[in-house]
Amino acid sequence: MTAADYVFWVFATATVVSGAVVVFARSLIYSAFALLFTFFGVAGLYVLLGADFLAATQLLIYVGGILVLLLFGVMLTHRIYDLKLRTEKTQLGPGLIVAAGIFIIFANAALITEWPTVGREPAPTTKEIGRLFLGEYLLAFEAASVLLLVALIGAAMIVRRKKDA
Amino acid sequence: MIGLSHYLIVSAALLSLGILGLLTRRNAVNVLMSIELILNSANVNLVAFSRFGAGNLDGQVFAVFVIVVAAAEVAVALAIVLTMYRLRRTPNLDDADILRG
Repeated sequence: MTAADYVFWVFATATVVSGAVVVFARSLIYSAFALLFTFFGVAGLYVLLGADFLAATQLLIYVGGILVLLLFGVMLTHRIYDLKLRTEKTQLGPGLIVAAGIFIIFANAALITEWPTVGREPAPTTKEIGRLFLGEYLLAFEAASVLLLVALIGAAMIVRRKKDA
Repeated sequence: MIGLSHYLIVSAALLSLGILGLLTRRNAVNVLMSIELILNSANVNLVAFSRFGAGNLDGQVFAVFVIVVAAAEVAVALAIVLTMYRLRRTPNLDDADILRG
């Protein structure tokens, strides 16, 4: 095994184990912090796949934005001091069966298929991604900006108090 | 040698963990975290295929769009959860049955 292989196993293990902690943890705060390590692990996998821009985006948006937003959600919907940040789990048996079945099907498909082994060699991607955004994918790029604006206004409208409506 | 199938298996593990959380957790914020796991697993797939299969960057561009949609989704979903908490004083999804006839 080369050094890159070891790094892959470290990131893959960190991702999957902390993903399991997200699902199985008793406390919401533990779930949120395990989600932090999952996002870091996925960013590491992006680096190994040669996606430098996407790894930085993952850290900035997921860790810096979405995780902070989720922590706000945890703290605003619970009384943080009463130590009752427990979350219930129901239907654990059927859920485990469904999830294990899905994993076995996908892992089997990934193992028995003959995948191509060549593809793109790792190279800096930022310039090329920017060119694709403002060229081939310009319409989707503009639609995404409109979507973000709509989400911003919609979120503010939904949480506003209805007194002066 | 680490190939495409390794990344696909990691992504499948993340996906099934997310589905498990979606099916078993009752807390709305926890369900949102599970959705993030599922979106991340899809992103790992897209980037892995962009590296090993297609030979161009279309997969990575698509992954950026997934991240954008995830950010918008979390903002709106948390606004809905906060409103539900204000109405019902609970983040439990089973209690969100105001529309039941």
